[in-house]
Amino acid sequence: MASNFSIKHQPGFTAIAATCFIVLYLPIFVLVIYAFNAATSTSEWGGFSLKWFQSAWQNTQVIDATLLSFQLGAIAALLSTVFATMAALATTRTASYPGLTFKYAAINQPLMVPEIVTGVALLIFFSRIKIFTGYSGLGYLIAAHTAFCIPFAYLPIRARLENMDLTLERAAADLYATPWKTFRRITLPLLWPGILAGLMLAFVISLDDVVITEFVKSGGQDTLPTYMLGQIRRGITPEINAISTAFLLLSVVIVTLFFFISRKRD
Amino acid sequence: MATAEEVAKAAERRDVRDRWLLSAPALLVIFLAATGPLLIVLVYSFLTPGAYGDVKWQFSPESWISVFMERDIFDDTLSIAGAHVTIFLRSIKLAVVTTIATLALGFPTAYFMATRSEKTRDLWLFLITIPFWTNLLIRTFAVLQIIRNEGIINTILLKLGLVSAPVQILFTDTAILIGMAYVYLPLMVLPIYASMEKLDFRLVEAGYDLYATRFKVLRKIIFPLVKPGVIAGSILVFIPALGAYVTPVVLGGGKNMMLSNLIELQFGQGRNWPLGSALSITVMIIVMVALLAYVRNAGKSGVRHG
Repeated sequence: MASNFSIKHQPGFTAIAATCFIVLYLPIFVLVIYAFNAATSTSEWGGFSLKWFQSAWQNTQVIDATLLSFQLGAIAALLSTVFATMAALATTRTASYPGLTFKYAAINQPLMVPEIVTGVALLIFFSRIKIFTGYSGLGYLIAAHTAFCIPFAYLPIRARLENMDLTLERAAADLYATPWKTFRRITLPLLWPGILAGLMLAFVISLDDVVITEFVKSGGQDTLPTYMLGQIRRGITPEINAISTAFLLLSVVIVTLFFFISRKRD
Repeated sequence: MATAEEVAKAAERRDVRDRWLLSAPALLVIFLAATGPLLIVLVYSFLTPGAYGDVKWQFSPESWISVFMERDIFDDTLSIAGAHVTIFLRSIKLAVVTTIATLALGFPTAYFMATRSEKTRDLWLFLITIPFWTNLLIRTFAVLQIIRNEGIINTILLKLGLVSAPVQILFTDTAILIGMAYVYLPLMVLPIYASMEKLDFRLVEAGYDLYATRFKVLRKIIFPLVKPGVIAGSILVFIPALGAYVTPVVLGGGKNMMLSNLIELQFGQGRNWPLGSALSITVMIIVMVALLAYVRNAGKSGVRHG
């Protein structure tokens, strides 16, 4: 009797959890299946076909948008991770000092404001700069993406740093290593998994963004998500399913890598 | 000769200076491309709209008045701006209901995940992380294909003969709600799971030893202990839900406007940048009030249990 009593059981919780997982995955499965649909209409099944992948591959707009997304994501992820690493080194493993709380608040500020508000603010600010300087290149998108990626990159790096004590660094300093050498030989290798996790998180966040990009982009600067949003507004074709499926595959690869890296931590 | 104390003080000052230098690039980028422009929005909200968008540099409180009020074009009297109030109330309602729905579904899911064996726990975490890392637009698009008239739900209902015509879900508030709950669910589950994972089940056992019912254990032991996770999850869902842009555009079909669509309109066809700015600041104020209320609430319960 008593041995059957599980302290972890709560009535109905398993059923709700099962429903959640099914509901989370069902729409994604349907989306992927219809990417292989031969029919032109998205409402009926016309047999298996790869033609929508082919048509997406031959669509220069899709290719341009994809390349821009990757380029932007790579630059923003790299910059934000470098800055976040420096900021994390400056805000961890220390007694509280004047301005520390301010720094935490400032770094996390982009998370506290709805994207639409940031988007509008950047539209106003950058349109002024565009008038003054005449420059309308990729710089605006890079600046915007770097800014909102910093708090995400900062998160895993700071977490990793907080679990590293200063013993090894002190030992290196005792053995006359210069601060730079200590950083390169001791701190950086130990911090590396956190930095990689931050880099990937920042890349995914940049790839994911629709709203801020939509407000900041100049003409002809469509990223893959803003291009897709434009297409969905006009009416859906299985080509969008095909692009989404490719995008999904990329996400799964990145999450798997992320898991692998965080596993290696222990 | 400097005393040891002076040397230590100088070293500390140098350390603080180095720490400011190290964090300068991050702070500068965020100030230039996130925080600073918000101040410009505040300034713009007090200016006069230009004829072709942008602003005229002339002070005017008009846009703040028209956030909630409407000026009659004939006799200049003010009345409540019904359209704006409706959109505000709808957005707040949808954001609150989304938060509650994701909490009701996410809490048991996080509990289920945290009570699995050490080995399978990672697998469940992986399964919840994949949707979290998947593009929000793609997930919204996936929901669109499920709930539209030719979608899988309506097809099944029709085949079973439960309905004679497709149920119109798409382009309604329900569609926006379903979409938001779907895309923000992982944001609720992950922080609750993080708190739940650290839960000491010996406390739960102690509760049962003292003849507590399952519900009482849940309410008096488990819930208070994972409350920080619940609060973090609620904030993470509420803020983006209130400012949601993609979901109403894709699933609401443009007819059921939310705050973000109203704001966008002022910068597009509306050509009223000051009003758009005033609306944006109002959204931020709502978010801040919600955040403060949450933080206070968390602080209070912390004292009681602490």
